[in-house]
Amino acid sequence: MSVSATPPAFVRRWWPWILIVAAALILPVILPPFRLNLLGRFLSLGIVALGVDLIWGYTGLLSLGQGIFFALGGYALGMHLSLNSLEPGQLPEFFGLYGVNSLPAFWQPFTSPLFTLAAIWVIPALVAGILGFLVFRNRIKGVYFSILTQAALLVFFNFFNGQQKLINGTNGLKTDTAKVFGALVGSDAMQRNLFWLTVLLVIAAWLLCRWLTSGRFGDALVAIRDDEPRMRFTGYNPTAYKTLVFTVAGALAGISGALYTVQSGIISPQFMAVPFSIEMVIWVAVGGRGTLLGAVLGAVLINYAKSLISEQLPETWLFVQGALFLLVVTALPDGLVGWWRQGGPGHILAMFGWPPRSATYPGLDLDPSMLAEREALEGPSSSDSARGGER
Amino acid sequence: MTTLLELRGVSVSFDGFLALNDLNLSLQPGELRAVIGPNGAGKTTFLDVITGKVRPTQGDVFFRGRSLVGTSEHRIARLGIGRKFQTPRVYQNLTARRNLELAVSDRSPFDLLFRGLDGSSQDRVAQLLKVVGLAPQAQQLAGGLSHGQKQWLEIAMLLAQDPDLLLVDEPVAGLSDEETERTGELLRSLAGDHTVLVIEHDMEFIRNLDSPVTVLHEGHVLCEGSMEAVQSDPRVIDVYLGVDDDLEPGIAPPSGLPDRPSSELQP
Repeated sequence: MSVSATPPAFVRRWWPWILIVAAALILPVILPPFRLNLLGRFLSLGIVALGVDLIWGYTGLLSLGQGIFFALGGYALGMHLSLNSLEPGQLPEFFGLYGVNSLPAFWQPFTSPLFTLAAIWVIPALVAGILGFLVFRNRIKGVYFSILTQAALLVFFNFFNGQQKLINGTNGLKTDTAKVFGALVGSDAMQRNLFWLTVLLVIAAWLLCRWLTSGRFGDALVAIRDDEPRMRFTGYNPTAYKTLVFTVAGALAGISGALYTVQSGIISPQFMAVPFSIEMVIWVAVGGRGTLLGAVLGAVLINYAKSLISEQLPETWLFVQGALFLLVVTALPDGLVGWWRQGGPGHILAMFGWPPRSATYPGLDLDPSMLAEREALEGPSSSDSARGGER
Repeated sequence: MTTLLELRGVSVSFDGFLALNDLNLSLQPGELRAVIGPNGAGKTTFLDVITGKVRPTQGDVFFRGRSLVGTSEHRIARLGIGRKFQTPRVYQNLTARRNLELAVSDRSPFDLLFRGLDGSSQDRVAQLLKVVGLAPQAQQLAGGLSHGQKQWLEIAMLLAQDPDLLLVDEPVAGLSDEETERTGELLRSLAGDHTVLVIEHDMEFIRNLDSPVTVLHEGHVLCEGSMEAVQSDPRVIDVYLGVDDDLEPGIAPPSGLPDRPSSELQP
């Protein structure tokens, strides 16, 4: 390879970002609106996956209840959009069905766009913070934590499902026909803008998580995951750390839920269904626990696969998903990204007799004539000691 | 001189089993103290009580005159009590350097997030890595270190915490003779500035520490004194050789002395 063939330093350093920006600009042009909308939705799921990775991959807290925070964010935006395009004095349509004549008090603040923008992430964060603090202070961990979060999820699901008069119960709130800045939320132009917004927010969420995990704070999270009692005896209070990351993950889930809602056109208690929250964990496991890129990739790839396979063979997706999860648990414990980083593709090539590329010249080392020559020159013992002296 | 640590009539009962039974013990500042006792004598429970992991059923623990009972582990640690565990417990997925960085850091999440590690702490990490001979392995994941290196890394983490009282549980288990000797030197050099309490099975190591010895048996203090005095105490010999116990013949005594012949105990 000649020197001139290597790309300039700028490109080498920034190529992932160049790729992302290029993709974000090109995809809306080449993808039909339906596919672009799907991609936007799946990317927004990447944000909740980042949160799951933060609490599970790094801190060891396997939450099966992220759907709570996801749906809370979605509902916050859904309520605002339901109110947004009404005439003064008018109520969202569904209230009439249940004989409600005045807007319930907790709906009032959602008329304000600013309040809503804050509520999308502050409300889930608060709920996560309070729930987390109570759970972590009582040192509930491991499988008990998982069960507890799932139980909390069911409580929320049943509450939202049963409250027709408050939030239209099982039917949920529709967002497509609402207007923002004079344009329909469901229109192609608006959806394209939402796609770009999603890309930006995924990057922002990724940067936030990277900042949280790369320094000593991230080390502390890993230390809590690996040996929490040891952290306590060193003077760290794990409750503070766990509550903090659980709150951050809750906020991320809320943002993710809001983005997903406006791109799906509806928010309903189904977002709090038990299987959906378990799927979030599967995305992260398949993508790569403890790798931030893996969380986003897992969310996008699995959901894209889900929609493609469901279009062709609607009944098979659950089997494929189960098989994927089994494959990851048994063969790729660090997920796709972990496998890639550990040189997985090289191993596969090596299986087919393709030697891995190396900074040295392994071909020379393996050449029988070279070996014979070296042995003749140095004797077998010296080449052994040379190998031993590598470190 | 004021007492640094005092246990007064401490009993711990696990479902009726008395792991500690009316234990009384006090440590003066700067003291180096060895604690021995056969398996099941309550040595580790004794550390658990001091560090707040186990709450005494009866009695009280005082550190600088302040009761520790009911204080959570991390607060006790911040008061200046450090603990090294029996099996080396380091953070496997962090490098040796990062293990130490966590040990020298302030404990608040906001400090870890918003402030870098200051220069003097970085120097301290570098110096500690050198002291325990892990400088070449600084960037290696702690999980990949050898057993001896992990022991030393944990000791370095304990030093990084700079506690007033060091509770060291079996620091030389699984170490080579040379490493054992170096550990002994290190602990002796720490005494004076720090108060050190060592639990160990290795009698040779304890003898070389040349410190007062406390013998625990069935949860209470059997006797205290120099190694020579303790070894010649008939009660200690009884306990270690299990003369009055219902041991079946042919079974080794409840061995607190795994690799030393029992004759070593005779004066």
